[in-house]
Amino acid sequence: MVQVRLSRNAFFRLLAPSLAAACLLSVGCKPADNGGAAGGGSAAAGGEILIGHFASMSGDTSTFGVETDNGVRLAMKEINEAGGILGKKVRVDTQDDQSKPEEAKTVVTGFAADPNVVAVIGEVASTRSLNAAPVLQRAGIPMVSPSSTNPAVTKVGDYIFRVCFIDPFQGSVMAKFAREDLKVSRAAILRDQQSDYSVGLADVFKREFEKLGGTVIKDVSYNAKDHDFRSQLAQVKDAEAIFIPGYYGEVGTIARQARELGIKAPLMGGDGWDSEKLIEGAGGAGKALEGCYFSNHYSKDDKSNERSQKFVEAYTKEYGKAPSGLAALGYDAMMIVADAIKRGGAAERDKIKEALAQTKDYPAVTGDITIDANRNATKPAVVLEIQGAEFVYKKTIQPEAGA
Amino acid sequence: MDQFLQQIINGVQLGSIYALIALGYTMVYGVLRLINFAHGDVFMIGAFVGFYAAKALKLTEQPTLGGALLTLLPVLLLTMAVCALLGLVIERFAYRPLRRAPRLTALITAIGVSLFLVNSAQLIFGADPKFFPSVTPQGEAGTLQLGRVTIAKDQMILVISAALLMAVLTYIVNHTRMGKAMRAVSHDADAAALMGVNIDRVIAFTFGLGAALAGAGGVLFASLTYAKILPLMGVQMGLKAFVAAVVGGIGSIPGAMLGGLLMGLSESFVKGAPAIGGFEPSRFADAVAFILLIVVLLIRPAGLLGRFAPEKV
Repeated sequence: MVQVRLSRNAFFRLLAPSLAAACLLSVGCKPADNGGAAGGGSAAAGGEILIGHFASMSGDTSTFGVETDNGVRLAMKEINEAGGILGKKVRVDTQDDQSKPEEAKTVVTGFAADPNVVAVIGEVASTRSLNAAPVLQRAGIPMVSPSSTNPAVTKVGDYIFRVCFIDPFQGSVMAKFAREDLKVSRAAILRDQQSDYSVGLADVFKREFEKLGGTVIKDVSYNAKDHDFRSQLAQVKDAEAIFIPGYYGEVGTIARQARELGIKAPLMGGDGWDSEKLIEGAGGAGKALEGCYFSNHYSKDDKSNERSQKFVEAYTKEYGKAPSGLAALGYDAMMIVADAIKRGGAAERDKIKEALAQTKDYPAVTGDITIDANRNATKPAVVLEIQGAEFVYKKTIQPEAGA
Repeated sequence: MDQFLQQIINGVQLGSIYALIALGYTMVYGVLRLINFAHGDVFMIGAFVGFYAAKALKLTEQPTLGGALLTLLPVLLLTMAVCALLGLVIERFAYRPLRRAPRLTALITAIGVSLFLVNSAQLIFGADPKFFPSVTPQGEAGTLQLGRVTIAKDQMILVISAALLMAVLTYIVNHTRMGKAMRAVSHDADAAALMGVNIDRVIAFTFGLGAALAGAGGVLFASLTYAKILPLMGVQMGLKAFVAAVVGGIGSIPGAMLGGLLMGLSESFVKGAPAIGGFEPSRFADAVAFILLIVVLLIRPAGLLGRFAPEKV
């Protein structure tokens, strides 16, 4: 009787390598899906215009990416329904950078390698925009950031634009609000030391607040990856208001820990707070962030703008909820790129870049957009107050003439 | 002075979590001479399990501390059970087959398990931050004022729960037969086997126990410090807890507790240190952990409470 029995050793020697080989093969061959950017370029030259969009669809700041992408796609849909641009349909290829700066760079390198991509929209977070911009500048692809506010982003090169205001203005908005509206004279700052956005905005706030006669009694740093901010909060207990220019992920936690430590002062922030998850992190509506303020690009309650109302209706119809500032900016970014293609006469990178630089008084949802010599937009900011589960419009602050 | 006291309270709270995780590292090292790199991720899984359990049980904010504890208890026990199971599974399938293999192999496997856990969590739970529903009274009702020092009731519960868990562990290790077996195996595995101790059972039990503690740490951390729950949260916490275990003396249980406490306190003091001129100590809070490790190891190579056991050839 011949009995063939694989010894355990031989079994593993056969099985393990073949399994490993199978895994490697299946991972290495990436199927051409809607997302595949590297070498993906399909039929774009023929009848469609391909726009890349890199955003944080997952990760720490996932709501930033998802909301911006919603705005971009709504714009894309409206453009295509109206016949497209120059007779061609627009296609937006959204790539997820997982809220990681290195991943953002990887993703745009994929865009740069694709000859069919004529323009790229992205990103929300300044650090990720700063990582990606040099790649696109070198490749000569115009990049339009919907909401990065750190001034360094557009300084990377003449192909990099943005459709939002920059932090030198945003910082002064909250400083002004704190001095004039909240009548605060002693403020403290709690900044995220690893975020270019946070550091930049904190510096501006400090400068402006002191220029307006206030005193910044303490300026402490935290690490967004951290979980415990009590030590830093203990240092700023005596402030009349605390400026926390961070992202929504940690702001909620900071607020809760602050309230626990007995800090009753109002907290203030920038557009990094703009997320539907902000209040959840703060323990729910009416809890730690109740009555706090932050500056933003847009408020759906702002009735002064008719375009804004139409946009709010269209967005609500499409997605079942009201748009945030980021969604509105995503929409505007896409619309401005489309407008630039139309004005430039061709879906070509250089022509789009020239046309973008000449954008003047474009009627956008978030205001009239003129791209200045530094490729930034000069726009008013709104201050929102957190009431319950809503961000309620408080006031608009216009940029200084010549700012 | 009161800021100093405040930092001590924060430090003890932070240290308790580090201690809970460090205990798992130290116990596994004791019986297997293996650094279980996947341990920090068991902490993370514990936080997620606790989060989903809390959501499933529809936990809501309780008006009293006692009520909060009562609602949290089933979540805690469930999570500890699930994590213990996870620990047993990891031991059975990742480490037991490598019992006779060189130590390096097991180490690399541990890293592999860690990566597997993190990425599975990312796939299954998603990478966006989640927040544990708050069960303890918030705001004013949630704090205790002792003079100028504010203690959050959450902090108190956390420290007391951690202390209770550590007390239970100490009892198990010192006053039960299984505990004796654990100590025997960590002292000399072969001799223990010759004495009739079932090594496999003891090691499995150790893993399960350590994992249960890490899972408990995860739930306590997620529910009582309002931290956001992310698949990557175990990596940093695990690293610091590992450092805590080494500082206290790897293999020594009181060492892990001491190490955890020290790490928490030092981190808290550095974060709370006021700026001196233009220099901001709070930026180096993470570096402090590792500087402490280096300093302690230079002075006492086996850790603070560790035994220096030279290999006798």
